[in-house]
Amino acid sequence: MAEPRFSPGDTVRVMKAYPLGHVRTPYYIRGHTGVIERVCGSFANPEELAQMRDGLPAQPLYRVRFMQKEVWPDYRGNPADVVEVEIYQHWLEPA
Amino acid sequence: MKAQGKYQPLTYFQLMEVSLRELLVEKGLVTEEQLASAVEDMRQRTPERGARVVAKAWVDADFKKKLIENGTRACEELGLDLPALKLVVIENTPQVHNVIVCTLCSCYPRMLLGIPPDWYKSRNYRSRMVREPRAVLAEFGLKIPGKTRIRVHDSTADMRYMVLPMRPAGTKGWSEERLAALVTRDSMIGVALAKEPQNK
Amino acid sequence: MGGLPAGKVKRIEHDYAEWERRVDALCVLMGARGVTVDERRRHIEALPPEAYDKMSYYERWIVALTQALIQRGIITTEELARKMTQLERRG
Repeated sequence: MAEPRFSPGDTVRVMKAYPLGHVRTPYYIRGHTGVIERVCGSFANPEELAQMRDGLPAQPLYRVRFMQKEVWPDYRGNPADVVEVEIYQHWLEPA
Repeated sequence: MKAQGKYQPLTYFQLMEVSLRELLVEKGLVTEEQLASAVEDMRQRTPERGARVVAKAWVDADFKKKLIENGTRACEELGLDLPALKLVVIENTPQVHNVIVCTLCSCYPRMLLGIPPDWYKSRNYRSRMVREPRAVLAEFGLKIPGKTRIRVHDSTADMRYMVLPMRPAGTKGWSEERLAALVTRDSMIGVALAKEPQNK
Repeated sequence: MGGLPAGKVKRIEHDYAEWERRVDALCVLMGARGVTVDERRRHIEALPPEAYDKMSYYERWIVALTQALIQRGIITTEELARKMTQLERRG
C-alpha cells in the first residue's frame, strides 16, 4: 500500500491530462489548484478495477477543496464558497 | 413468466433483464430467492434510516461527534447494516451549508438511504450543482443567504456523503422519534432544510 | 459532466418499477461475485451520447451489466441472443 504523499492543508494541483479509459477525476477540476481537506484512506484504483484488474496496491484518496471563484470564471456567490472533490493521489502534484 | 395483470409487451431492455436473469439462474450464479431477497433488502433502505441517525445526533452530542469522525462506524453502532458503505457526514451550521452531488454518475449513500430520486441522477442536477449551487438550490425553493458559505461535495470516488441538517428551532425536549419526522431525504442531500415544527 | 450548461432541474421522481429494482439487485449480487461497479461505469461511459440521453437510468444499468458479463465471459452474446428470442416468443 502506497504511503500518502500529502497531508491536510497541503496545496496541490490536479494534473491537466485527458487520458483514455475510466477516470474518476472530473474534467472541470483538471489543472486546478486546491487544498487537501482530508486523507480519505487508501483504496483499489478504480481506473484499473474498470479494466477487470485488481487495482492494487491501494492508492491514497484525498478530499481536495477548491475555491469556486477560482474554478469558474463567472462564479457568483459568496467568495468563500467551495467545491470539494475526491481525487486519487496519482492525479495530484504539489503546488 | 408469472402473469402480471394487464399485459404490456416488454421493452427491449426489460427483455434483456429477464433474459439475463434466467441465464444467470440457469448457470447457478444467482437464485430467484437471492434476487427477491436483494430486492426486498433495498426496499427496506429508506430515508427514515438516515432521519433516525440525524435525530440521534441532534440529541446526543457524543454520538454526533462520533458520526462526524466516522459515519459508517457510528451508524453501525446503532445497529444499521451498511455493507461496504464509507459514509462521511457533514454538518450544516449557520455559517456553512452543505450539498451533495455526484457529477460523474449518481453515487449516493444507498445502503443507508435507499435508491436516490430521479432528479439527483439527472444531467441538469449533476452539471449545474457544482457550478451554480445557489441558483439550483433556489430552484428547489431554498435560498441560502449570501453571507453563508456553501460547500458542494462531489462524491467522485469511494466515499459517500450525507448532510447533517441543522436542528429546527422550537424543538427543545422533543423525542428522537418526533425529531426524526422533521428530517427529510432532501435535507440529507442538502437541497432542503429540515422541516419546521408545525404550530399547534 | 460537472459544469456543463444545462437546464432547470426537473424535480421528477418515480416509484421504481419491479424490473428496475431487479436490475439494481442483480448489480449488487453480481458485484458480490466480483463484477465491479467500476466496470459497469466504464460500460456506461462507452455508450454513445445519443443513446445515453435516450435511455433511462436502469436501461443504462442493464446494458452496462450485460456488457460487463459478456466481457468477462460469464455469458456469451450467442446465449443472450437465444434467450432473448426464446423469451420474446414465450410472451
